[in-house]
Amino acid sequence: MIPRPSLPPWRPLLIPLIVLALWELASRAGWSDARFLPPPEAVLRRVWFETTQGGLATDLAASLRRGSSGLLIGASAGVALGLLLGLSRVAERLLGPLFLAYRQVALFAWVPLLSMWFGGAEAGKIAFISLAAMAPAVVNTWRGARDIPRAHVELAAVLTFGRLDFIRFVALPGALPFILVGLRSALIYAWLATIGAELFLNIAPGLGGRLNEGRETFQMDLVLACIVVLGALGIAFSRCAAIGEARLLRRRG
Amino acid sequence: MHIAHDTKPVLEIDRVDKTFHVAGRAVPALRDVSLDLRPGEFVAIVGASGCGKSTLLRLILGLDTDYQGEVRVDGRRVERPGLDRAIVFQEPRLLPWLSAEGNVAMALRRSGLPKAERRQLVAEHLELVGLTAFADAWPAQLSGGMAQRVALARALVNRPRFLLMDEPLGALDALTRLRLQGELSRIVRHGGITALLVTHDVDEAVFLADRIVVMQPHPGRVAEVLPIALGPQRNRSAPAFLRIRDEVLAMLGVTPSDDQPEEPARTAIRLVN
Repeated sequence: MIPRPSLPPWRPLLIPLIVLALWELASRAGWSDARFLPPPEAVLRRVWFETTQGGLATDLAASLRRGSSGLLIGASAGVALGLLLGLSRVAERLLGPLFLAYRQVALFAWVPLLSMWFGGAEAGKIAFISLAAMAPAVVNTWRGARDIPRAHVELAAVLTFGRLDFIRFVALPGALPFILVGLRSALIYAWLATIGAELFLNIAPGLGGRLNEGRETFQMDLVLACIVVLGALGIAFSRCAAIGEARLLRRRG
Repeated sequence: MHIAHDTKPVLEIDRVDKTFHVAGRAVPALRDVSLDLRPGEFVAIVGASGCGKSTLLRLILGLDTDYQGEVRVDGRRVERPGLDRAIVFQEPRLLPWLSAEGNVAMALRRSGLPKAERRQLVAEHLELVGLTAFADAWPAQLSGGMAQRVALARALVNRPRFLLMDEPLGALDALTRLRLQGELSRIVRHGGITALLVTHDVDEAVFLADRIVVMQPHPGRVAEVLPIALGPQRNRSAPAFLRIRDEVLAMLGVTPSDDQPEEPARTAIRLVN
């Protein structure tokens, strides 16, 4: 790896702080209309209010439950399909082009179809999130499974491994670095899709629902508060994913 | 160990021809290779690169069944890999996500033995290669020599009848190699295993083998078979040892004087002996 000069810890925060300062300045100087862009403190106050007295906890829990159900379904289906594509030449030839074609379709184009099949309530939302989470899990697992070294395949043959032992002890752990990259993207996609599903499908408790509410009742402080919460969650998710990844791959040299 | 020559061969390589097809062209890898191994025998194959030594091992393992002629174990054609034939590759080929112990235990997945017995066998074989203290170490933490010992333990843990080795010590430093040759000799002879070693190192072949098969490349074929009438305790600087080594080197087209600029020193050893 190329050694990078170490930056002081506050450096990544520099640009956000400048933006925040400009925002504050714009509000105070009256350059912006507070109805469209409430000042930062109003947004933070709203975050605080929603956390302590409002229903933020309920909405957050609903979104997280929905997102994690979709992630679980989509990512497990994705890893399974990726393994199939990566390990079986027949499956790769039959299903590979189909999957690549599916990837060319913009994710939100599936919304009308899924809402017809599964309805706009919980099932439809989870189906959409699963579909979103599946794609990156498939792509990366596929690649990882296809790149299992020949030496390991040969070793498994010499040890007379059956297919299940091969998958369990050679293919899955061998593809793990790729699978983890896939799961990390799946996490991001699932979270995006969760908010998307909450915005575009039936109204239900959830952060997307609150965003909608803020827009429709013209409470920009609520809209911005939801965005702040989403941003914070995004950072927390990627931190957790990075830590989990490092832990799982720690033993390897 | 001296082998009674009337015992029946357990491993027969019978007029084997193998051709690879590279970019539409037929490249012969082995031509008319025949070799019999008797129970408990240690045979070494030496030869230049490209003489098909590794290909031959793949055929014996049953990893490749697309060839002419026949490889037989106990008179039956080899169709697929089996736990009766174990291999140590040139590189350890340990699974990096398993500990040393875990890697050895992998070989017992298909043994059908109960768990407790497996654990016992793994422990015994780690002890055999002197790595009891490193049972929990990850492959990345092991030196090349230690990793290759784990690979040896993995090959032996099923108590195979045949131990195949594909330049197993080739990637190690000279001192580690000498030490492991001694261990290999002890372990294989003590276990009564029939061993087939592929090596570049003529000294190693003379030190370990009952017979040396000299192969020639393009296409790979057997040039000579040389019985080594040295006892089980071999002295690398004994005149008889050096004479056989020079003989094998000559068969490989290396004249000893090219190879040994320090000829006077060796004469001195001979005088002492």
